[in-house]
Amino acid sequence: MDYRQEVTGRLTELWEGRETGILKGSPEIFNRYRTDAFSQFLRLGIPDRKNEAYRYTNLEKSFSHKYEKYFSPKPDDFREAERFHCEVEDLDVWNMVLLNGFFPRGEEGLAMLPGGIWVGSMRAAAKQFPSLVEKHYNKYAKNEKDGLVSLNTALATDGLFIYAPGNTVNSKPIQIVNLLQSEQDFFSQDRNLLIADDGARMSLLVCDHAISPQHYLTNTVTEIFVGRDASFEIIRVQNQHNYSGKITHTFIHQERDSYATSNNITLHGGLVRNATWHKLNGENAETHSYGLFLADRQQHIANFVKVDHVAPNCNSTQLFKGILDENATGAFNGRIMVHKDAQNTNAYQSNNNIILSDTARMDTKPQLEIYADDVKCSHGATVGQLDENALFYLRSRGIDAREAKLMLMFGFAHDVVKNIPIEALRDRIDHLVVQRLRGELSYCASCAIQCN
Amino acid sequence: MENNQDKLLGEVTSGEYKYGFVTDIETDVIPKGLSEDVVRLISAKKEEPEWLLEFRLKAFRRWQTMKMPEWAHLNIPEIDYQDIIYYAAPKQKKGPDSLSDVDPELLKTFDKLGIPLEEQKRLTGVAVDAVMDSVSVKTTFRETLAEMGIIFCSFSEAVKEHPTLVQKYLASVVPYSDNFFAALNSAVFSDGSFCYIPKGVRCPMELSTYFRINASNTGQFERTLLIADEESYVSYLEGCTAPMRDENQLHAAVVEIVAERGAEVKYSTVQNWYPGDKEGKGGIFNFVTKRGICKGDDSRISWTQVETGSAITWKYPSCILRGNNSVGEFYSVAVTNNRQQADTGTKMIHIGSNTKSTIVSKGISAGFSQNSYRGLVKVLGKAEGARNFSQCDSLLLGDRCGAHTFPYIEVDNPSAIVEHEATTSRIGEDQIFYCNQRGISTEDAIGLIVNGYAREVINKLPMEFAVEAQKLLQISLEGSVG
Repeated sequence: MDYRQEVTGRLTELWEGRETGILKGSPEIFNRYRTDAFSQFLRLGIPDRKNEAYRYTNLEKSFSHKYEKYFSPKPDDFREAERFHCEVEDLDVWNMVLLNGFFPRGEEGLAMLPGGIWVGSMRAAAKQFPSLVEKHYNKYAKNEKDGLVSLNTALATDGLFIYAPGNTVNSKPIQIVNLLQSEQDFFSQDRNLLIADDGARMSLLVCDHAISPQHYLTNTVTEIFVGRDASFEIIRVQNQHNYSGKITHTFIHQERDSYATSNNITLHGGLVRNATWHKLNGENAETHSYGLFLADRQQHIANFVKVDHVAPNCNSTQLFKGILDENATGAFNGRIMVHKDAQNTNAYQSNNNIILSDTARMDTKPQLEIYADDVKCSHGATVGQLDENALFYLRSRGIDAREAKLMLMFGFAHDVVKNIPIEALRDRIDHLVVQRLRGELSYCASCAIQCN
Repeated sequence: MENNQDKLLGEVTSGEYKYGFVTDIETDVIPKGLSEDVVRLISAKKEEPEWLLEFRLKAFRRWQTMKMPEWAHLNIPEIDYQDIIYYAAPKQKKGPDSLSDVDPELLKTFDKLGIPLEEQKRLTGVAVDAVMDSVSVKTTFRETLAEMGIIFCSFSEAVKEHPTLVQKYLASVVPYSDNFFAALNSAVFSDGSFCYIPKGVRCPMELSTYFRINASNTGQFERTLLIADEESYVSYLEGCTAPMRDENQLHAAVVEIVAERGAEVKYSTVQNWYPGDKEGKGGIFNFVTKRGICKGDDSRISWTQVETGSAITWKYPSCILRGNNSVGEFYSVAVTNNRQQADTGTKMIHIGSNTKSTIVSKGISAGFSQNSYRGLVKVLGKAEGARNFSQCDSLLLGDRCGAHTFPYIEVDNPSAIVEHEATTSRIGEDQIFYCNQRGISTEDAIGLIVNGYAREVINKLPMEFAVEAQKLLQISLEGSVG
C-alpha cells in the first residue's frame, strides 16, 4: 500500500480523537484554524515527488516509520533537559532549553528578559497577549501547495513565542536549545511565532540536539514578523542523527526599512528539509538567507528558499553551499520572485556544491521569476569538485593531500559561516565544521548516542 | 521621454504581421475531429504501409490516456482537439517532377515569403523542402544531393522509398509515448522532412525546410527525421511563418536527430509564426518536441533557435549525449512581445563519459508577455568528466512583462562540473543616453543594444538566416522599450 495513505490514515485517527487530544489544553487561537487546515491537508496530502517543491526530496523513509507518540511531553520529561548545558565557550547569551520543540513549564507564563523581550510558550502567550497573537498567528504561513504546513496548523499544540515590543533591543542573543529526547519514537508538530515589532532588534540562535537514539520526525512551522525598521537575525544549528527527520517551514514577513537574516547550518541529520520564505512587504527592506550543509551516509539535506519581492527598493541575497560524501543526496530549490511594480530590486542567489564520492548526488534548481523591469537579479549554481590547481598549490608546499582537501573544504564552508554575526558562535561552528570534515563526531560531549 | 516611448510602443504594437496573407489554393481537407477513423483515413490517404498505421494507432490509443502537461509557466486556453482539421493537403495529382507542375498560386506564396524555391535556389544554393499545410510540396536540389548519396525528401516519400531506414529510426529518439504532444503528432502527423547523410559525407549545402500554415482551422503536425551516419556533417535550417487568423492554430511537430559516431549536426530554426494581435487574439500554439541523440562517440549536435513568433511557445530542443566525448549545444534567442508567452529551453542528458554541453539562452520580453527559460542538465552516474556551462540572460523591456528562469541541475557523478549563471536586467538608461548623445535615435539604439545582446546566438546561425533573424528581432521589438 502507498505509505502516504497509511500515514494519512494514522493522522486522521489522531484528528478524530481531537476532543480529548489536541484540542485539550491548546490555545483557543490554534483551534480556530484547525478544521480548514486539516481538510486542506487531506486535499494536498503528504508531498510526493510530483510536487515541484519536493521534486528531489523523498519523504517516504521518514514518514512511513511507525511513530508511537505525537504529543507534547509531560513535565517529568523536562528534568533531563534542565541538566543540559551548552558547551560552546564564551557564548554570552540568554539560554532557554526546549524539549522536542516544547517549552518547559508551558503553563507558567512568559518570562521577560532584561531589555523587555518576552519569551515563553505559545500557550502562555495566547493568555497574556491575546490580541497580538491573534493579529499574527497563521497570517504568514500561507501555502496552498505544501500539505505539511497545513498539517502543522491542524495538529500543533504548542511552541515557542518570542515578542520584542517596539524599539526593544536584546542586549545579548537568545539561545534556544531544542533537545530531542524521548523514550519512544515520536512525530511532533511545533508551531512558533516570533515578533520583532517596529524598531526592535533581536537575534536568535536555535540549536537542535538529538540526545537519544530514537526515531524522530519534527514538522515545524515558524512565523516571523519583522516590523518597520526592525532587525531580526535567526541562526539555526542542526545537529541530529541519522534516524531523525527534521522539516522546517519558516515564514519571514518584513515591513519597510526592516532587516532580516536567516542562517541554517546543517551538520547532521537523517532527513532535513529547511524551507524559508522571505516576504519583503515594505519598501527598502533587506533580507539575507544563508545555508550550509555537510552530508554523508544516507542523509538527505534539502534547502528550499523563496524570496518574494512585493515592494520596490528592496535587496536580497541567498547563499547556499553543500558538501556531499558517501551516499548522501542534497537538493537546493531557490526562487526569487519579483512582483509587478517591485522596481529597483536587487536580488542575488548563489548555490555551490561539492561532491566527494561516486554515489553522492546533488540536484539544484535556482529559479528567477520576474515581473518588473527595473531590477538587477542574478543567480548562479555550480556542482563540482575541489579545484585541482588549488590542491596542487597546497601539496607543492608540503601539505598532505588529506589536509589540503580539508583546508579547501573548510574555506568553501567558511563563506557561509562567516555571515554569522555572533563571534563566539562563528568560531564554534567553524570548529564543528572542521570536526565534521575530519569525520570526527561533531557532537557535544553530552551526546548519549554513539550512532557512529 | 515617457511620451515618446509610449508613442513608439503604440507604433509597434499596431505594426502588421509581415507574413500575414492567405493563399487561395484548393486544399484537400478532411472533416474536423479526431478518432481512430481519422487516423486510419490519414494513413490511407497517404497510402502508408501497415506498420506505420499500427504505429499511429498505438500512439493514438496512448494519447487518449494522456493529459495535457500543466507544469509550464504558460496560460494555455483550453484546446478542443475535436475542433481541429488534422489533414489539409494542397490539391495535387501526382508528385510534381518540375516546378512547372506546381500550382502557380503556391509558387506565388513562396515568392511572397521570399523563400528560395525557384531561381533563387541557384543563387542561394539552398535546398528547400517546403512544407505547406502538412504536405511537402517540392524538394529542391534533390538530384544534386542524390549524387552524393544524401537522401533529402518529404517524409511520406521516405516511407515509400526508404522504408527500412524510416522504420529503424522513427520514434527512436522521441518515442510515441514521450509526451502528450509527441503522442498526438505520432498519431496524426501528415508529413515532414526526412534526411539521411551517408557515412563520411559532408553535405555541401545548407538543407532547409520552410513551414507555413495556410488553411484555417488546421493543425500542423509535421515530423522531421534527420540521420547523420558516421563521420558525416549536415547543417539544417528550418523557418516557419503562418498567415494572420483570428483563431488559434495548433502546431505540434516532432523533430528527431540521430548522430552516429563522429557525425555533426547543426539544426537552426527561425520561428516566426503569427503571434496573434496585440490583444492576444489568434496566433499559433507552437508545442514542439525536438530531440537529438549523440549515439556514437565524438558526435555533436547543435541547436540554434531564434523564436520571435507564436502566441504560445512550448519547446525544449534536447540532446541525449550517449556517445563518449559527444557534445551538445543549445543557443537560443526568444523574443516575446504583446501577449505572447514562451516557455522554452533545453535538456542536456549526459550519459557517456567526457560529454560536454553548452547552453546559451537569451530571453527578451516586452509588452505584456511572459518569457521563461526552462532547462535540465542531468549528469548520470557513468558520465565521468561531464562538463556543462549554462548561461541564461533575460532582458526586460517594459514593466508589465515577465522574465523567468527555471533551471534544473541533477548531478549524479562526482567528476562532473556543472555551472549555471543567469542575470535579469533591463537596458541601461546610460547606454541609451550614450547612443542618443551620438545622434542615434532611441529606437535605433535599442535595436543596436538588443542585437549586440543576441549576437552570441545569432553568430551561430548560417549567414542567410542570421540576416533574417536580425531583421526579425528589430521588427518584433521596435520601440517597445521603456
